[in-house]
Amino acid sequence: MKEESPFTYRDALQFGLIAGILVIFISLVGMVVAFNERYIVAQTITLGQIIVFLPPLTLGYYGARRAKGRQGSKGLLMSLLLGLVAGAVVAGFVILGTSVNLRTVFINAAPKLFDVLTFGRESAAAAALWAIAGGGLLAVLGGVFTLLSSWLRRALVMAITSVVLIGILQELLNITFGSRNWFKPVNEFFFEQKGLSWTGAIVIFVVTVLISVWRTFYGDRPAKAMSRMSPQSQRSIQIGSLVLGGIILLLVPRFLGPYPSEILTTVGIYIIMGLGLNIVVGYAGLLDLGYVAFFAIGAYTMGILTTVGKLSTMEWSFWLALPAAVLLALMAGIILGIPVLKMRGDYLAIVTLGFGEIIRIVVLSDWLKPSIGGAQGILQIPKAHIGGYEFKGPEQVYYLVLFGIALVAFVAWRLRDARLGRAWKAVREDEDVAEAMGIHLVNTKLMAFATGAAFAGLSGAIFAAKLGSIFPHSFNLIVSINVLSLIIVGGIGSLPGVVAGAFILVGMPELLREFADYRMLMYGALLVVMMLVKPEGFVPEATHQREFHEDEEEIEADSLAAETS
Amino acid sequence: MALLELENVHSYYGNIHALKGISLTVEEGEVVTLIGANGAGKSTTLKTISGILQPRQGVVRLEGRNLTEYKAHEIVSQGVIQVPEGRRIFSRLSVRENLEMGAFTRKDTAGIKADMEKVFTLFPRLLERENQVAGTLSGGEQQMLATGRGLMARPRILLMDEPSMGLAPVLVDLIFDTIKELNEEGMTILLVEQNALLALDVADRGYVLETGTIVLAGSAKELRENPQVKEAYLGG
Ligand SMILES: Nc1ncnc2c1ncn2[C@@H]1O[C@H](COP(=O)(O)OP(=O)(O)O)[C@@H](O)[C@H]1O
Ligand SMILES: [Mg+2]
Repeated sequence: MKEESPFTYRDALQFGLIAGILVIFISLVGMVVAFNERYIVAQTITLGQIIVFLPPLTLGYYGARRAKGRQGSKGLLMSLLLGLVAGAVVAGFVILGTSVNLRTVFINAAPKLFDVLTFGRESAAAAALWAIAGGGLLAVLGGVFTLLSSWLRRALVMAITSVVLIGILQELLNITFGSRNWFKPVNEFFFEQKGLSWTGAIVIFVVTVLISVWRTFYGDRPAKAMSRMSPQSQRSIQIGSLVLGGIILLLVPRFLGPYPSEILTTVGIYIIMGLGLNIVVGYAGLLDLGYVAFFAIGAYTMGILTTVGKLSTMEWSFWLALPAAVLLALMAGIILGIPVLKMRGDYLAIVTLGFGEIIRIVVLSDWLKPSIGGAQGILQIPKAHIGGYEFKGPEQVYYLVLFGIALVAFVAWRLRDARLGRAWKAVREDEDVAEAMGIHLVNTKLMAFATGAAFAGLSGAIFAAKLGSIFPHSFNLIVSINVLSLIIVGGIGSLPGVVAGAFILVGMPELLREFADYRMLMYGALLVVMMLVKPEGFVPEATHQREFHEDEEEIEADSLAAETS
Repeated sequence: MALLELENVHSYYGNIHALKGISLTVEEGEVVTLIGANGAGKSTTLKTISGILQPRQGVVRLEGRNLTEYKAHEIVSQGVIQVPEGRRIFSRLSVRENLEMGAFTRKDTAGIKADMEKVFTLFPRLLERENQVAGTLSGGEQQMLATGRGLMARPRILLMDEPSMGLAPVLVDLIFDTIKELNEEGMTILLVEQNALLALDVADRGYVLETGTIVLAGSAKELRENPQVKEAYLGG
C-alpha cells in the first residue's frame, strides 16, 4: 500500500534545494566573503564558513526529524540525500561562477567567494566533488543530532554557540581589557592573533558542555534547596541576590570601560522603548507601528527645552525637562489614541504607521525650522548633571539609562499584575468579551497608549542628552521596526524577553561591523526562523508559552533569562 | 416594577433596522426566553440591553433606571451580565483566569473567592481543569466556563445567548439543568434560544421574535400549545 507515503524523495529534494539555495543566497548578498574575515578558531574556521555550513547542517537535522516521524530509521538516509542535493546545487553554482563571469549582475560573485566556498580547490571538478561530499557530510552530521538524547544535543548546541560567540567577541575583549594586566595571560591562552586558539576553543567547548549537562541534571538543586528553607531566609536570599545583581550592574561601566558602555547605553535606550511598546503590543495587543513618534517627541522636547545653541529657549536643566518630555509624549499618546481607538488590527497598524511618518515630516519641515531646526536638527544639548557629577561619556550615561530601565521596568511589572494589567490582557484576548466583563475599552486602550508613549518619551529624552544633538533622520520607521522586532524575538509580553531581544537585535549589530550591513536581512531571517521554530520568543510570557508549550524550551528559556538578566 | 423592561426599542446596524420596536419585561426570579429563528434579532436585543449597541429609539430599564444612559461597562457593574453567543471564552487564558476576569468589576476578594467555589461546585469539571488553557476545553466545558464566568460577576440578571448552540444533546441537558438549578436559587435569567422546545421547558414565560418584531408572547405553557409556535419552532 502506497498511501502512507512514509519517506519521500521529494522531501529530500525539497530540503536539499532549500539548503543549496540558502547557501547561494548568502553568498551572492556578500555575507560569506564579509564574514570570512573573522576567524573563530585561528587559521581554521571563519565565521563565513560557519554560515555556509549552517543551512545543510540545520536542514539535515530537520529533514531527519521529519523522516523519522514518518518512518523510524530512515532519518540519516534523508539527511544524506538532502545534503547531496544541497551540495550538488552549490557545486553547480561554483562551476557556473568560475566559468562564467557573473559579476555583471551579482557584484559579490567574485573569485574570492568561490575560494571560500571550495576551500581553495583550483579545478572545477575537485571543487564540485568537494561541495557535494561536504554537503552530504554536514547534513548527516545534522541528522545525527536527532539520534542524541536531548540533554546531549542541548549541551553540544550550547557549546558550539559559546565557541562562536566568544570567537566573535575577541575584538571587543581586546578593546575592553587590552590594557589590564590580568588580561595578557588569559588572552594568550584563549586567543591567537585572529580567532581562538585550539586549546582555547576546546576548553570553552568542554566547559560549556559540562555546565549544560550539570544544569540539565542538577540545575534544579539550588531552587529545591531554597524551597526547603524558611520563608524568611528565602526572602533574604532573594533580597540578597537582588542587591548583588544591582551592585554588579552598577560596577559594569567601571569594569568594562567606554566602548562596551556605549553599546550598553544604546541597548538600554532600546530596552526602555521595548518595555513601553511591550505594554501597547504585548499587554494590550494593539499593533502600533508609529512608536518612534513618541521617542522623537521625548527627544525634541528635551532638545528644545535645554539647548544652549542657536535655538535656545528655556535652557532648562535635564531634570526639569525630563518630566516635561515624558508628559508631552504621554499626551501625544492620548491624542493619537483617541482617533484610533475604534480601529482594530491592520487598520490600527496603518494609522499608527502614518502618525510616525507625520511626526518625522513635521520635524523635517521648513515650517517649524525656526524653532526645531529642520534637517539641521538641534545642537548643543547639554549633558545631564547631578550636583557636580556630569553624565558626560558613555560610562556615565550608562547610569542614566540604568535608572530609566529600572523605573520603567518597575512600572511595567507592577502594572502587569494590577487591575489595569488584567484589563489589558482581556482586551488583548477578546475585545468584545472584555467589554462584556465590564472593562472600559476606551480608557483601557488609552492607558496603554499613554504609558507606552511616556516610556518612549523618557527614552528619547535620555537619547537627546546622551548625544548632545538630534537630527530628524534618527527618528525614522526603522526605529519602530527595531523595537517591534526585539519584542517579538524576545517573546511578546515578556519583560525579560525585551531585555534579551534588545541584546540580540541591537547589541549584536553594534558588536560586529559585518553584521551592520546585513542588519535588516538578519532581522528578517531571524523573525522568519523564530516564527517557524520558536514562535513564542526566546523568553516567553506565560500565556504565550502555554500556547506552544514544550518542556525542552522551558529550560532553554530559563537559561537565557539567567544569562541576560 | 419589573426588574428588566424594554419599551419600544429600535436598534440599527448602520442602515439595517434590526429591532423594530421591542417591548418585553423580566420579573425578579423569572426565567424568560426569547425564541426566534436565525437572524431574528435575538442577539441584537441582548447587545442593546448590555449597552454594546445604542438603541435609536425606546428605553431599557433596570429597576426603573434608564440603562441607555449608561456605558456598557457601567451596565455590567449594575449586574446585567451577558454570557455571549458561541462560547466566547478567553481561549489562551486558564480556566481560573477566565473566571477571575468575570469578576473584573468586583473588589470584594472574599466574595469573589466564595463565588469561585460556588462555580466549581456547580461545574465540578471546571475544577478538574482549573489550570488548563480554556481553548483546549471541549465545547460543553467551554459553555460551562462561559456561564461560570458570567456568574462570577454576581448578576442581578443573566443574559444567556443560545447556550445550546452546537452542543451534543447530553451536554445541552446538563446546561439546561444548571439553568433550572440557578433559577431555583433565585437567579433571574433572560434566555435566548433557537431551540424552542428546550427553552420553553425551563422558562416561565416567553416571547417569539421574527425579523425584529415580537409576534407572540405568553406563558411557556401557552406558547408550547400555540399552533403557530408548534408549527414553526417545535416541529409541528
Ligand atoms: N454586526 C452587524 N452588522 C450588520 N448587521 C448585523 C450585525 N449583526 C447582526 N446583524 C443583522 O441583524 C439582524 C439580527 O441579527 P442577530 O441579532 O444576530 O440575530 P439572531 O441572534 O437572532 O440570530 C440580522 O439580519 C443580521 O444580519
Ligand atoms: Mg444570535
